[in-house]
Amino acid sequence: MIIASLYEPPEELERRTGWAIKPEGACRGDVCVPLPSPFDVRELAHRLRMALVHDEKHELWALGPRADGHALSSAGLPEIVLPDQHGRPFELRSRRGTKVFMIAWASW
Amino acid sequence: MVSVALDTGGIEAARPWIEAAKTSHPALVDSSHVLDELLGIVNVPSGVWIDERGLIVRPPEPAFPWHPRQPSDELLAQLPAILVEQLQEAQKMRIDPDGYVEALRDWVEHGEASPYALSPDEVVARSNPLSEELSRAAASFEMGQHLFLAGDSSDAAHWFREAHRLAPLNWTYKRQAWSLADPFQGPTDVYDSDWLTDVRKLGPENYYPPLELER
Repeated sequence: MIIASLYEPPEELERRTGWAIKPEGACRGDVCVPLPSPFDVRELAHRLRMALVHDEKHELWALGPRADGHALSSAGLPEIVLPDQHGRPFELRSRRGTKVFMIAWASW
Repeated sequence: MVSVALDTGGIEAARPWIEAAKTSHPALVDSSHVLDELLGIVNVPSGVWIDERGLIVRPPEPAFPWHPRQPSDELLAQLPAILVEQLQEAQKMRIDPDGYVEALRDWVEHGEASPYALSPDEVVARSNPLSEELSRAAASFEMGQHLFLAGDSSDAAHWFREAHRLAPLNWTYKRQAWSLADPFQGPTDVYDSDWLTDVRKLGPENYYPPLELER
């Protein structure tokens, strides 16, 4: 995720990764990883093993996913909300109760 | 069924295809390639099976509904040479549409009793690897996308090249970036390689990993 400030928890962090910043640190489910205060994305990245790249010219940072060994850390479907072809947000969770076959494709 | 177009170009890139298909299912557009990161998608088409409880029972894997038709000589004669060569390589790719569709139908009918529905531990184990290098590749690709959409294609290309270097087997990163420089994904001054060169180097039969459809 793109980060403009190193010193504020990224707004998208929980939605994109499941990790939330709480007084105990970075928490996901029952697991919390302590973080030093004040908050610094670099510490978050280091402790959660998320790559952090810096574009000096544009003063932007980008945080990668947690290097857990596998892309999926569990079989639970992550929160996925994407626009449909009409621009309306669609939550994959809305299909709970039915089997879903999701196919990823591209125009390229 | 839910389809998701992984397209930095957004709905404008995906719309012609969605409209031509006259879809009756939700046709979503992922212009930020969020799914690549969330699910470990590295190529298309990739299929993911999700059960009624919201559990993934098969992680991303090559998902073809049928064998692509052999283009007619008449059609080939109308196409640019580069597309003809690409189609020729594509014909050599190893895919298993019959096996995949049979497995999918079995799961639709039998649910968790289907031998093709994986346990949660198997889903995790079979999902694509994610090392620190690949995490850096994902961050680099996202930086590239962000800069491209902000209008800085030159600086974007730097980050796309970094993503390619760190994740040489991620075809999503490569093809998306190449397509933004050249719709045919041919050789350009922007990137060190192109689709045809990399596919031939790898061997088209290795472009998709073999499906593990054991019963």
